[in-house]
Amino acid sequence: MKVEVRLFSIFRDGREKRYSLDLEEGTTPKNIIDMFKIDENEIAILLINGRDGKIDTTLINNDVLSLFPPVGGG
Amino acid sequence: MFGYNGKVLRINLSDKTCKVEALNVDKAKKFIGSRGLGVKTLFEEIDPKIDPLSPQNKLIIATGPLTGAPVPTSGRFMVITKAPLTGAIGIANSGGKWGAELKMAGYDMLIVEGKSDAPVYISIVDDKVEIKDASNVWGKVTSETTEMLQKENDPKSKVLCIAPAGEKLSLLAAIMNEVDRAAGRGGVGAVMGSKNLKAIVVKGSGKVQLSDEEKLKKVVANKMELIRKDPTTSEGLPNFGTAVLVNIMNENGIFPVKNFQECYVDPDKADKLSGETMTKECLVRKNPCYRCPIACGRWVKLKDGTECGGSEYETVWSFGADCNIYDLDAVNVANMLCNEYGLDTISAGATIAAAMELYQRGYIKDEDIAADGLSLKWGDTEAMVGWTKKMGLREGFGAKLADGSYRLCESYGVPEYSMSVKKQELPAYDVRGAQGHGITYAANNRGGCHVKGYMINPEVLGVPEKLDRFSVEGKGAYAKGVHDLTTVVDALGLCTFASYALNEKDYAELYNAVLGEEIYDAESLLMAGDRIWTLEKLFNLAAGFTVADDTLPKRLLEEPAPEGPSKGQINRLPELLPQYYAARGWDEKTSIPKDETLKKLGLEEYIGTV
Repeated sequence: MKVEVRLFSIFRDGREKRYSLDLEEGTTPKNIIDMFKIDENEIAILLINGRDGKIDTTLINNDVLSLFPPVGGG
Repeated sequence: MFGYNGKVLRINLSDKTCKVEALNVDKAKKFIGSRGLGVKTLFEEIDPKIDPLSPQNKLIIATGPLTGAPVPTSGRFMVITKAPLTGAIGIANSGGKWGAELKMAGYDMLIVEGKSDAPVYISIVDDKVEIKDASNVWGKVTSETTEMLQKENDPKSKVLCIAPAGEKLSLLAAIMNEVDRAAGRGGVGAVMGSKNLKAIVVKGSGKVQLSDEEKLKKVVANKMELIRKDPTTSEGLPNFGTAVLVNIMNENGIFPVKNFQECYVDPDKADKLSGETMTKECLVRKNPCYRCPIACGRWVKLKDGTECGGSEYETVWSFGADCNIYDLDAVNVANMLCNEYGLDTISAGATIAAAMELYQRGYIKDEDIAADGLSLKWGDTEAMVGWTKKMGLREGFGAKLADGSYRLCESYGVPEYSMSVKKQELPAYDVRGAQGHGITYAANNRGGCHVKGYMINPEVLGVPEKLDRFSVEGKGAYAKGVHDLTTVVDALGLCTFASYALNEKDYAELYNAVLGEEIYDAESLLMAGDRIWTLEKLFNLAAGFTVADDTLPKRLLEEPAPEGPSKGQINRLPELLPQYYAARGWDEKTSIPKDETLKKLGLEEYIGTV
């Protein structure tokens, strides 16, 4: 299945902004962040198709995973 | 006296008199300072029904007890007045260094009243206060005004001023300080302009008095450690500034585009306006306020080589996506023009966007704008920059834009296209996808405002905890808590961004440590926030506002978000506001604070006045 991964803020250091990955059925965000060597504790916002997602959600074909470290503003 | 200086400077521009009055310390402690003390004072001294641009209005500039103290983020002060844009309480916050300098000069608060017969500026050098002729700086832009007044006075003095927009009474006029810091919203700059007051130049040689310097150092060290450990204050904000929010809002589908007609764009387009792109392409250095370890401010280089203050998130949104523009340099140019001409960036960009929608729908016609040589087509970068300048100078059709989107749309018979609340333009979040933030927009005492009670923190950023942005459950009470904490931080003279790392217990400790007395704890400090917020509400009720004014534009209440991750949503304000009023102890139908609430908050004197 195809999953798009979008990285933001300091997650872009040494990585691209976007990846289009071919993954096994049943892949979770945890599998993906392990691939990118991003620690689970570094993630503040995890969105799947723009909605709150969990680290162990089973992803499906054409899902978009967006990952942000802690950020602020106003 | 510790924290507070104990002195209020009253300046009457009609009589050209300057008087120093003793600060009422009990009142100051009850309302903390800055926003709280300023609102209490204004409410005592003016009739809330007056014309904001009349000499009867007063301009209060107030610092907090912690402003200028050796405490992190202690550079903040506020402008309090009846706001010309809304007719409601005006409470505009500013950073930079001017507020701390006023504390060093020995004052807690300035009250400017009356009207000068000719342009003047006020010079404050410790206890030497003079009203001086401003005819040679009237008409000058912010940077030139600042330079000239520093030459005329002490070169190290701090300059607070208005620029052409305020002089010409634009309802979107801001009060600038240190060239790129703004007390931005509500048209407070027009109040200064209506008094023929160009600037206030301050030089202070004193220090904020502390009860126990060593003890305070320990408390501060503890709070600095929290700020250093928190990733938002130590990495996110300093690395990328507030424009790091662009991609987050777009990914959530709450990034308003084309005057809130849409709320999501191609991520590659959004990214062009982002903090990440700013850091990569044009950031020269971080630009911190007084005593701030967070340093979210940006100093950038434009394509033409000019260096200037860089845009905040709200600004890259208002001149960017809201106008369907994805050119960061053009947005930074517009931001620089707003600083130079003294305009609120949020309202200015959002008003141009409203005009673009009116043009799209055929209300504004080509012949209306032909003489200006600028289009009102979505995405026209040159036009966006050109209109900003014309608004600042009240030139041509820009004169109509200079009074904001509500009056513009109303003049065409379609006020519903103004994306505003209480006539103040909404900032950069589509609340069809963030229910609780809708309360902040609708119920904010100063009109459409995002920052006085930023519900985006819990609903989108997960701070201090993640709430479901689509849910309405419990949002009323939660919003009250967020609003009250923000109010407290404003009143102390500190920056709300520190509250990514600090909470009400930390703030109470800092206040008590500076004053050397255990005055507040976490709970009573939040109650002081509730007290100040409720007082602002009483002012608005006395000014003629009703529960009907706590609302949102029709688009956000009735038109489902058209696409993106928030597709199909509307804001469910009718379910949220009653919860909020109940949490505040206000009548759920009328929003009027109940007698027992006024008693609980120490506002008994106002019982029976509404």
